[in-house]
Amino acid sequence: MPTMTLLQAISDALRYEMRRDERVFLLGEDIAEFGGAFKVTKGFVEEFGKQRVINTPISEAAIIGGAIGAALNGLIPVAEMQFMDFITNGFNQLVNVAATTAYRWGLPVPIVVRGPVGGGMSAGPFHSRSAEAWFAHTPGLKVVFPAFPADAKGLLIAAIRDPNPVLFFEHKGLYRKIREDVPEGEHVVPLGTARIVRPGADLSIIAYGRMVHTALEVAARLESEGASVEVVDIRTLVPLDEATVIDSVKRTNRVVITHEATLTAGFGAEIAARIADKAFEYLDAPIRRVAAFDAPVPMAPPLEQAMLPSAEKLLDTCRQVLEY
Amino acid sequence: MADVVATAEIPEIVPTRLLNDQQRVALLRWMLHARIFDEVTIRLYRQGKMFGSVFAQIGHEAISVGSAAVLQPEDAIFPMHRDLGAHFVRGVPLRTIALNHLARQGSMMRGTDGTGHYADPQRKLYGNISHLGAMIPVAVGYALAAQLKGEPIVVLNYIGEGGAQTGEFHEGLNFAAVRKAPFVLIIENNQYAYSTPTTEEYACKKLSDRAIGYGIPGETIDGTDVERVYEATFYAVERARNGEGPSLIEAICMRMRGHAEHDNASYVPRELLEYWKKRDPLLRYQRFLIDNGILSEAEIQQMRREIEAETVRVLDEVLQLPFPPAEEAFKNVFL
Repeated sequence: MPTMTLLQAISDALRYEMRRDERVFLLGEDIAEFGGAFKVTKGFVEEFGKQRVINTPISEAAIIGGAIGAALNGLIPVAEMQFMDFITNGFNQLVNVAATTAYRWGLPVPIVVRGPVGGGMSAGPFHSRSAEAWFAHTPGLKVVFPAFPADAKGLLIAAIRDPNPVLFFEHKGLYRKIREDVPEGEHVVPLGTARIVRPGADLSIIAYGRMVHTALEVAARLESEGASVEVVDIRTLVPLDEATVIDSVKRTNRVVITHEATLTAGFGAEIAARIADKAFEYLDAPIRRVAAFDAPVPMAPPLEQAMLPSAEKLLDTCRQVLEY
Repeated sequence: MADVVATAEIPEIVPTRLLNDQQRVALLRWMLHARIFDEVTIRLYRQGKMFGSVFAQIGHEAISVGSAAVLQPEDAIFPMHRDLGAHFVRGVPLRTIALNHLARQGSMMRGTDGTGHYADPQRKLYGNISHLGAMIPVAVGYALAAQLKGEPIVVLNYIGEGGAQTGEFHEGLNFAAVRKAPFVLIIENNQYAYSTPTTEEYACKKLSDRAIGYGIPGETIDGTDVERVYEATFYAVERARNGEGPSLIEAICMRMRGHAEHDNASYVPRELLEYWKKRDPLLRYQRFLIDNGILSEAEIQQMRREIEAETVRVLDEVLQLPFPPAEEAFKNVFL
């Protein structure tokens, strides 16, 4: 099994699906000869040609709207946002056209809109945002946020084969940082399946994206303090594998939810509400959330580090919940 | 358009060599269908029997009918809310249109939405959403897919002069131009975006002048002359089918009713409406057909009576139908 970075696993999934199904094509800014801002599609134009790897103008509404139209005409487009921050320019296409088409017309819109998100690189307010909650709040859109290379490949293949519009978030801080064995060829991770990445008995940390790795770091440190911490990677926000989350909390009786996105009305609030609804009697401590401070993502390193959720903050909150 | 009113000339219908008399009769029939659907639904609205809004297209009929009539069945069409004529041209049954407008049980949209927002994939017809301009990039994407698949189809899309001021108009048309997509966009300039006159919408002389900026052909035509609309669309479609890329057509008309029937359009100068009433696309075409011996007055009146009787009957029947059951609300959020 080859070892891949998250970025290589995403490229591998795209290449695999494009070889398997000629209806799959890519569109986005600078993705052809240049290979994309992060080089996810490096070498693609040589293999698949410019008809299937389409460079676009800086026009996110045309990229996403164009993908929707191509899907209505029988193709399977994967659109790249150079940075997921720019998805705001195509917001109307996603929430009003893509998200309502199945409901109103009964027609599939098998598009994937993927791209890099997240902070930690001093990239400032317009290249660092975690935008997933906007879309999780829009019925009709699926929302995927992998933390590991093998999951990224399997989830992206599942997203491409899904008849619904799927938003696929890739934390750019993980692109080249995380490396693991990734199955060659066919590898599908069904959307809506969470994964217990570390089993434990005393506390559940529910996380996704970059915070899964922070949670694993915190779990290792707490183990040295004598606490057994379970880490659940939900992998997809919509659909949410509620059963795995609830089951974990019922076993550990304590839960901390964490995401890099800002706190208020973040997806952690939804998870917390569902736990309160379905596992209230199992809880031995209040449900706590660790998320970013409610502000735009600032640029200077001290500010950004203060604003984003850190391992220290998560560790501190976990200790409080364990001691409650 | 104040200058047009000043000259107050009613232009002659400019007959095109592209149409034979049988096709001309078909054009009239479709225009009558669109006009009568409006007349009947306006009447129902006034009686408090209508459900949802009535966005009349009175004054627009020549544009949707004259352009849609150019297309082949395999071509795709993305109409907006004043293009009911195009639905009739594509052969959508009156009952289907009524079911969707009135959100009744059996409608293609299951009661999830109304008016002409439905899609009929068999007839390659995809309705608009209320955010006008949004469907331009979508229609362009449909055309790009055809290009990728090597299918020689053309996609015809419509927008008002109001929707032509959105960002999606620019992004969609520019993308189409860059990719030489088989795409034709018709701007139906009816001179008011709800209550806002064109002088407060854009500063260029003609919206077709924008075509230069996209590197594509553009022309402004009389949108009340169905033959002129047919001819302009024909050449734009031919060009698109030959792989030469998109075209922009601005068709000038007048919105003869309010934005929707709740709106009495008191902000529109009466003399403007008086002038455009004389340019009524339907009445002028009827006169043309009579003057050229293609149809008699009596034949037209007979056609009108038949269509009106059918429209009244179908709308009455559909109004008697129940709304879809509540459980439809929970279906198809995802497929």
